Amino acid sequence: MQTISLPLSSLWKILKYGLYDVMRSRWVLFYGLFFLAATDVLFRFGGTGERVIVSLMNVVLYVVPLVAVMLGAMFLYNSREYVTLLLTQPLKRQSIFGGVYAGLTVPLCLMFLLGVSLPFFYHGGITPDVMQAFVLLLFSGVMLTAIFVALGFAIALVHEDRVRGMGLALAHWLFFAVVYNGIVLFIVYFFGHYPIENGVVALTFLNPLDLARIILLLEFELSAMMGFTGAVFRQFFGSGMGIGLAIGALFVWLLVPLGLSLRYFKRKDL
Amino acid sequence: MITLSNIHKSFGSLHVLRGLDLTFREGEVTAILGPNASGKTTLLKCILGLVGPDDGTITVKDIPLSGSERYRRWIGYMPQIAQFPENLTVKQVLAMIEDLREEEPVRKEELIKSLRLEPELKKPLKTLSGGTRQKVSAVIALMFDPDIIILDEPTAGLDPLSSSVLKDHIQAEKKRGKTLLLTSHIMSEIEELSDRVVYLLEGQIQYDGSVKKLTEESGEVRLERAVARMMQNGHAKPSEEAADETLTDQAT
Repeated sequence: MQTISLPLSSLWKILKYGLYDVMRSRWVLFYGLFFLAATDVLFRFGGTGERVIVSLMNVVLYVVPLVAVMLGAMFLYNSREYVTLLLTQPLKRQSIFGGVYAGLTVPLCLMFLLGVSLPFFYHGGITPDVMQAFVLLLFSGVMLTAIFVALGFAIALVHEDRVRGMGLALAHWLFFAVVYNGIVLFIVYFFGHYPIENGVVALTFLNPLDLARIILLLEFELSAMMGFTGAVFRQFFGSGMGIGLAIGALFVWLLVPLGLSLRYFKRKDL
Repeated sequence: MITLSNIHKSFGSLHVLRGLDLTFREGEVTAILGPNASGKTTLLKCILGLVGPDDGTITVKDIPLSGSERYRRWIGYMPQIAQFPENLTVKQVLAMIEDLREEEPVRKEELIKSLRLEPELKKPLKTLSGGTRQKVSAVIALMFDPDIIILDEPTAGLDPLSSSVLKDHIQAEKKRGKTLLLTSHIMSEIEELSDRVVYLLEGQIQYDGSVKKLTEESGEVRLERAVARMMQNGHAKPSEEAADETLTDQAT
């Protein structure tokens, strides 16, 4: 007798076998080791918990999105035949999409969490006063992983050509990590004497990387490092409310590309 | 049984399928032939639900395809290129498919044995050759004893022994009354396996009939020659409105 399966149960199964597969690949291990080494070195160079978190923040903000968006796109290009195999089985498209997406996002998040947390534990870096910042750092890393893997998936779904897709994935990272700051600087420099604060706050919501940065800097009250968007953000919302709003905006940043990709995937000819 | 009526599919400005009407019956092996880009793969993909037709209806065992995935339970599919999660072993891949389909395989052991896959079961997929992957793919397509079997160039990349074993399995499935569809570029294989040939040209049916009839009508002894002739004629008059009469005229 055949059982009637819920879409969620197939999603879990696809995730399970995806984990078997991905956890055995070397690059995931390297990714974890990279964070382990980075965090450990920061502690060894005389950092306290708080200083390590701030230094680590810059690593997380640049490395996590870069790896996530590139791997997200590459993973989907490499899994094309595998996805087709799944599609020819009696499975719902949303289960396949969810399972394959989680199959990459979960191992990346796990490796990031392990790599960063382990040195904190054995160096005794987690003190009550940095606990919240530490949790926010881990949260930001996880959210950036999920968001940028989703972006990478969206790019690889829409663009059949792998070289073009990989180029676009890199371009997206460059935009959020580098070009965006240039644009903000440009606006502030040329329009600084106009009341542009509202516009700049709106601009912040358009960059998940900036949102993650602001969350951590608001937590530390590090106004010197906040830059224009951060400073305006705090002035606008205050620290507590600012963190809350930025976290909410990160969730929007996750759900929108993910939802659009899923919609596209459900109709796509493969 | 699979029925397609008035199937149209375009990719951008490219009209790949132009109003196909076809029925695939039980106990019959149908070979889909045609030059490259004639719509063979698109046709198979429409039946598998990988590609959604722009117009027309497809029914599988009298149930119209309406976005539900459940009918795929009846289908075993062997793709042209087989690829699986690289770090899983053959055994794990088979277990995964069983788990996902929530079905007990009927012919798994028999297939593994006859295709000599036992020594490979514990090896990860990334260490396997293309031919061995094809065998794994054949096991997946046939092990659940599905009513409909779709094979896209099944013997490409297989060694002669495995290829003949697979052909034996295909013959056996036919005897069990299954509906079989296959594409191949090896005409001798089609001659050996199929009862019926559907020749597609530019998304339309140029010929639909038995292998025997095709060779007879073309005046050739071998299917390969007959098909080559059909290709030549088809390309000389690509705009022609299909069908047997034209072919018969040209052949005589």
